[in-house]
Amino acid sequence: MGRYKQLEEIVKLMNETKRIRNTSIIAHVDHGKTTLSDSLLAAAGIISEQTAGQKLFLDSWELEQKRQMTVFASNISLTHNFKGEDYLINLIDTPGHIDFSGAVTRSLRAADGALVVVDAVEGPMTQTETVLMQALRERVKPLLFINKVDRLIKEIKLTPEEMQNKFAKIIVRVNTLIERYAPPEHKKDWQVRIEDGRVAFGSALHKWGFNFPYMKAKGVTFKDVIDAYTGEPEDIGKKVDALSKKVPLWEPILDMFCEHLPNPLDAQPYRQSQIWPGDLKSRVGEAMAKVDPNGPLLMCITTVEVDPHSGVVAIGRVFSGSVEKGKTVHLITGRQSGIIQQVYMSMAADRVIVDKIPAGNIAAVSGLPSIRVGETLAEEGVETQPFEALKYVSEPVVTVAVEPEDIKDLPLFDKVMHKLTLEDPNLHFTMNQESGEYLLSGMGELHLEVTAYRMQEAGLKARLSKPIVIYRETISRNYQGPPVLGKSPNKHNKLWVTVEKLSDEVINALKEGRISEMQKRDERQVMLRNFGWTTEDARNVIAIEGINLLVNRIKGKQYVEEIIDHVKSGFREAVHQSVLAKEPAYGLKVNLEDIVVHEDPVHRGPAQILPMTWRPIWGCFLLCSPQLLEPILSFECKVPNDFVSPVITIVQKRRGKLLDMINEEDMMIIKAEIPVAESFGLADELRSSTQGRAFWATQFSRWSPIPESLQMEVIRQIRTRRGMSPEPPRPNEFLEEE
Amino acid sequence: MGELVFVGLGLYDEKDVSLRGLEEARTSDYVFAEFYTSLMTGLSLERLETVVGKRVAVVSRKTLEDDDGEPILQKAEKLKVAFLVPGDPLIATTHIDLRIRAQKRGIKTKIVHGASIVSAAIGLSGLQNYRFGRSVTIPFSEPHSVYETPYNVVAENKARNLHTLCFLDIKAEEKRSMTIEEALKILLSLEEKKKMHIVTLDSLAVGIARAGAEDSLVKADSVKSLLNYDFGSPPHTLVFPAERLHFVEADALVKLAGAPESVKNMAR
Repeated sequence: MGRYKQLEEIVKLMNETKRIRNTSIIAHVDHGKTTLSDSLLAAAGIISEQTAGQKLFLDSWELEQKRQMTVFASNISLTHNFKGEDYLINLIDTPGHIDFSGAVTRSLRAADGALVVVDAVEGPMTQTETVLMQALRERVKPLLFINKVDRLIKEIKLTPEEMQNKFAKIIVRVNTLIERYAPPEHKKDWQVRIEDGRVAFGSALHKWGFNFPYMKAKGVTFKDVIDAYTGEPEDIGKKVDALSKKVPLWEPILDMFCEHLPNPLDAQPYRQSQIWPGDLKSRVGEAMAKVDPNGPLLMCITTVEVDPHSGVVAIGRVFSGSVEKGKTVHLITGRQSGIIQQVYMSMAADRVIVDKIPAGNIAAVSGLPSIRVGETLAEEGVETQPFEALKYVSEPVVTVAVEPEDIKDLPLFDKVMHKLTLEDPNLHFTMNQESGEYLLSGMGELHLEVTAYRMQEAGLKARLSKPIVIYRETISRNYQGPPVLGKSPNKHNKLWVTVEKLSDEVINALKEGRISEMQKRDERQVMLRNFGWTTEDARNVIAIEGINLLVNRIKGKQYVEEIIDHVKSGFREAVHQSVLAKEPAYGLKVNLEDIVVHEDPVHRGPAQILPMTWRPIWGCFLLCSPQLLEPILSFECKVPNDFVSPVITIVQKRRGKLLDMINEEDMMIIKAEIPVAESFGLADELRSSTQGRAFWATQFSRWSPIPESLQMEVIRQIRTRRGMSPEPPRPNEFLEEE
Repeated sequence: MGELVFVGLGLYDEKDVSLRGLEEARTSDYVFAEFYTSLMTGLSLERLETVVGKRVAVVSRKTLEDDDGEPILQKAEKLKVAFLVPGDPLIATTHIDLRIRAQKRGIKTKIVHGASIVSAAIGLSGLQNYRFGRSVTIPFSEPHSVYETPYNVVAENKARNLHTLCFLDIKAEEKRSMTIEEALKILLSLEEKKKMHIVTLDSLAVGIARAGAEDSLVKADSVKSLLNYDFGSPPHTLVFPAERLHFVEADALVKLAGAPESVKNMAR
């Protein structure tokens, strides 16, 4: 029996849309998601049952195994027989650490359902909430698995009644989140309930588990579970083993998928409008609603991997039509065409070649070398909309300078960095033109450590600098006064601008992608009107760069259309590297108030218009009490009561702020905020001062003004590091006489 | 009290400067020159310094634009400074801003004119100066932007029965100058877009190469013929005559610029 014994069955089922379930598993770090996936794989006969729970099959990276933590999403397909019918389950594994949550959101787009895994002892944690919220926003239907039930017995020694109370608490918490974030029509019917079997309990490590219907069918009670974990260690081993034979975890879980998750035919119609901005009445729109394998192709790419044999492999969900070998496809965002060289099905670390994969399935394709994550593949010659830009919750907050140890490795360095950034869109790699430094930015210290490890794996010896915090620059008040004048270097063109602060609601809408350059102008206008903007301003947003907007208030001036693209570029450059310390600007509304353009085109090229744009923006910015914003992490830590005080000391020492302390039995949940700048080395310090007893997580929370007493010092440090004079410019360096 | 003298160098080589201009340069304490705005193909800095009898400091676009000509103005506050400029100092690429700045700082300014491409091209074309409308530069296309202004200017002038003088873009810093062929192709692609029958393959145009040089060349013909005509090396200039010509203009185009006899039908 080979690993691929199921291949034929899978290929057959791919065409039976009603029998397909696309699901992901989401959880807080260490709550047991990968262990669960392995139990499911074992059931599928792909790896042997004995090694499941130890091998962590989905974690194909050696690193992931070392850290016992999944770093990159990996997909597999398996079959399951439920009530006499075969089903095809496409399982999309997602990373557990929030540093990589970009990958979580991407996986979710491909899935219709999600199994939320929660540690019975710890309960839902910050990250459980974040990923569940992301799932619900993508209209992914949730199910619940309460894992590590054995810990309740072994560690906390709960009675069956106390256990049920504990479960009830977890379920209520999860349902509160569903109530809050589920699409309105599903706020009620997506609530998970024990009675209808949408909640399972068990131990992924020990491979047993059940939901309510399964419990009844097998005649198992919580008392049996408690008994299995009571007695001498070797007895416990045998009893738990027997339990895993009687109620093997994979069975109720796969049953739940088949029974409670929607098939693509049911899911695509209600998910369609949330994840795809195209016309639902168009040919593609209708084929997508029908999951028509013969309709025009539409595929959303959620993962890109570089493989030594196949080259660049793009993985994603086929929403309409089919992908097949030799087919010419259009890359909408990349504005190019390509030919699919091979079509694969993903089976964990391996890919199996198939001829064709129809709508409703997860597919992998090769032959499109320049493809990026988030790309939309469409039928050649069919006009259609791309999927929305994926909405990432996290943004890069930490940078390291990186260089090959041996300068001769520069070509390899280039190649490896290209591969890594292609595979992980949350990794940003840039070269500082002035200093010649290569900079790598990511979502946390850990994210960059993992990246460094992957460089080593690729045979690259590289030196990494100490992590550097990424800041933002903003203004603390709106500009008031006559518009600020900028002149082109040749003095033949003039531009007047003003700068204002964006409101928090507009900033959030930009972050979440609800306001974007891609959306239709009318739609953006309505949104901004609702945020209190004037109709004129709301209508005339002409560029968006990061969390900054450019509004064109100029009316009735000649030649503006010939230079407006240069003005937009100038705006982008001005806010991409702002003026205090060349950190990105944040939350600015730049208004173009008036302009005078030279008659002759040669006197108003980009070399003239770009400086004419960025100088008054910077001048105006500096007049509005500019502020540096620093990234703040939210920090949540669960420790035994004895260790509360060292944790508080650590938080306070790191310029942290305690937000809340919640007592839960003999544990304390400490909620706090810590600036990223003070977070380096946090893991080691927590481990040593709590004897490793702290369960904790951090994630990016918000940008916050840096304390005034630190601001100038930090600005000087950044400027010095970038090779600029330590003092930021004064406004009058950018202001012009009329 | 200092003084700033703007001296036009003319079109081709160091011999084109006027005697007055030469005298001003020779009696200055400092001599600056810029060459980023146009090509003087016959000029060498060495020979220019020999003729002037002084070191000539060449200033970049950055000095004049980003630094507002500060090094020149500082010297001119106390001393006599000559600023040598190709062509005429205040015509095609104007240094008027520097002059205004100098004036504001109490520096006396003076102009010594030089031959400009404007007068040279108009003269060589045989068309009459009184009948030219706005002139325009045809720029190299930049990524993300297509300039329609050149096409629009020719259209406006033609509507008013006026000629159009088109300067062709020069990127002296990159040693790149637009040729007549490139300019015509740009206008034809705009014609394809706007379809106003302003610059078609049959339109009459006058191509002028190396105005001011000994081997200068003028050729009037249809756009189609000019596309294949060998004008030699740049700098090039282009003129679009009005739809109706004065009879002397038609005569000059045929006799001096090799235009086909049929051009005479345009003068009635």
